[in-house]
Amino acid sequence: MTQTATPPRFTVGPQRRGAGHVRRRGRWDVKYSPYAFVAPFFVLFAAFGLFPLIYTAYISLYRVELTDPGQRVWAGLGNYAGLLHDPFFWNALRNTFTIGAISTIPQLLMALGLAHLLNYRLRGRTFFRVAMMMPYATSVAAATLVFAQLFGRDYGLINWALGLVGVHRIDWQNGTWASQVGISTIVTWRWTGYNALIYLAGMQSIPAELYESAAIDGASRWQQFRHVTIRGLRPTIIFTVIVSTIGATQLFGEPLLYEGGTRGPSGGVSHQYQTLGLYLYDQGWSFFHLGRAAAVAWVMFLIIVVLVTLNTGIARLRSCDERALGRKGRALR
Amino acid sequence: MRTARTRRTGIVALGCTVLTATALLSGCGSSSGGSSANGGGKITLTIDLFGTFGYKEAGLYAEYEKLHPNIVIKETDTENEADYWQALQTHLAADSGLGDIQGVEVGRIATVVRQEASDFTDLNTLGASSVTRNFLPWKIKVATTPSGAVLGLGTDIGPEAICYRSDLLKQAGLPTDRAALAQKWSTWTGYVGLGKQYQAHAPAHSAWTDSATGLFTAMTGQQAVRYYDQSGKPVYGSNPLVKSAWDTSVEAARAGITAKLTQWSPQWNQAFSTGAFATLPCPAWMTGYIKGQAGAAGKGRWDIAPGPGATGNWGGSYLAIPKTSPHQKQAYDLIAWLTAKDQQVTLFEKEGNFPSNTQAIGAVQNYTDPYFNNAPVGQIFGDSAKNMPVQVLGVHDGDVNTALTNALSEVEQKGVSPQQAWQNAMNNIANAVAQ
Repeated sequence: MTQTATPPRFTVGPQRRGAGHVRRRGRWDVKYSPYAFVAPFFVLFAAFGLFPLIYTAYISLYRVELTDPGQRVWAGLGNYAGLLHDPFFWNALRNTFTIGAISTIPQLLMALGLAHLLNYRLRGRTFFRVAMMMPYATSVAAATLVFAQLFGRDYGLINWALGLVGVHRIDWQNGTWASQVGISTIVTWRWTGYNALIYLAGMQSIPAELYESAAIDGASRWQQFRHVTIRGLRPTIIFTVIVSTIGATQLFGEPLLYEGGTRGPSGGVSHQYQTLGLYLYDQGWSFFHLGRAAAVAWVMFLIIVVLVTLNTGIARLRSCDERALGRKGRALR
Repeated sequence: MRTARTRRTGIVALGCTVLTATALLSGCGSSSGGSSANGGGKITLTIDLFGTFGYKEAGLYAEYEKLHPNIVIKETDTENEADYWQALQTHLAADSGLGDIQGVEVGRIATVVRQEASDFTDLNTLGASSVTRNFLPWKIKVATTPSGAVLGLGTDIGPEAICYRSDLLKQAGLPTDRAALAQKWSTWTGYVGLGKQYQAHAPAHSAWTDSATGLFTAMTGQQAVRYYDQSGKPVYGSNPLVKSAWDTSVEAARAGITAKLTQWSPQWNQAFSTGAFATLPCPAWMTGYIKGQAGAAGKGRWDIAPGPGATGNWGGSYLAIPKTSPHQKQAYDLIAWLTAKDQQVTLFEKEGNFPSNTQAIGAVQNYTDPYFNNAPVGQIFGDSAKNMPVQVLGVHDGDVNTALTNALSEVEQKGVSPQQAWQNAMNNIANAVAQ
């Protein structure tokens, strides 16, 4: 890889100088071939990203049923208005946020801790790094079905273990908090390793000199972690927070299969763990209201845009603050 | 030093890639549907089903292929009917991915007849008029459009009885004799009353019945008019019969005589062999399911007696041919054969699916099932079928039933008040059928 990539860098100069002498075809080549090179992405994005987005927006303005998709009745913003008046939508929105919080926050903190540990020189480091990645490589469906067994009310391993220490058996399916914690466990199990590896990569790019000088200044390990590691990881942390937020907003597979598929899209008997993704699926594929499902999809999209903007906004504000603080510090000195 | 590390991470990266790729491949390795005539002049018929129709298990495909050497049958099966129905709707809307033959559950047949008649072949045009008289009249009637097109041939019907564990009943000091039990639970009140008696003396971790929802579905299966009336008007909220079935189920739930299980969940499956419940209302096809879940160890422990009211229908299906199938004639020949007398008899004896073909019903009359302590299942289910009401089926029967049974589970498993749960069910139905 590196060998094929390096030589052109050295020959860039001479090539540029000779550019005036290349034939017309060569100029065309230089002018248009870059477009051809980037075209695959844009063509695929238009077909599988942009078109569905726009078509979904179009569908969301109509009343369409899957049983007769040819028949479309103009509904204007009726589907959106219907959503705002539907208590099940608000319930799903609330569940998405609570499950998102229970799964994302501990997950990222644990990932940070694990990455810190893996950053030390320890025996079998590669083994641990690969092992952390294993849950991520497992299919959602398979993992969820196994967890569904573990969380079984009557014969589940977790309730059995809790029983050994005298805890009364917990109804992991029907309890609102219990079921949300159960689902969050699956998410956390799957994604912690992935995030830890990303943090690890970020940590390894922090120059060792910074730690050395911090140590010379008398910073403790904890202070080094806070002021050098976390500082250096800022862009990485922002990246993982954004990706996790998007993932949490779209949470679907885990709650769908949480009861072994029996309760499916309704998200439990009382919709106690119905997320926005499941609500969308319920509207579209249990009740066949395609127009409404499309409206849910767009609302989800907007929510994600708002959340991501908020995230980056906060991050930018904080770094501005700190830059200002740094200047002030220098001035004082 | 540096090169060694790079190589090692390279190997690790490769390992990860291979793993991920394998996971992806196994995730996406579903076969594509559709039918084709391959090189040797053989015709492949695809048959798309849900749950357990039992054709493959009973060896009927192999037999048909032997009789018709030019036909190859390929079955795809979805375990959960709700998932199957969703996929079928998507395939119909996209006009692709449909099998040559599609199964349709009785709770969905009204939707097919009223909203999707144009997607399915009128079987009369393929010669069905000569066989429709062999079926129970109501079975064909509900699959017929107002203009007379027959959209499906009947497979099985679901006459109801009560399946029970005689060993558990004996331990609780109750009679285990079929006639005595049938007499004690001749009404649903009697069934719940006997349940309270059982619960008082029951072995540890054993309930009278599996769930309040099973009870409710069995009860509503005995009513001619349940969720919709003859004119197609929804009456689920006002029908006193639905309300009384609800009240009885709530009573059972609150009396603590149910095992609080969700039917078709993994826990429910496990409970068949653990003895977590002693009885359950069972339509004929569920006997096959019980054999599968309770296994060889359950043989002789389970028995069957006529249930309260000695009738009712729960489930049963149809086979239909989408218009997109390029092998209409061959598909029709296959479904006519699968639903004919001899094959329905075989299916009942091997899988428990009770015939909808009247000649087959006559032929299985004296059949007894050794697994269920030689219970005269042919007679018990036959009598139940004879008294079966002709049910009025509505377009949203499935959604209404899901909402009501979910609400019952709320009362049973979460302790929600029955009034609140009923209200939740009404809200859920309104949400599902909203236009």
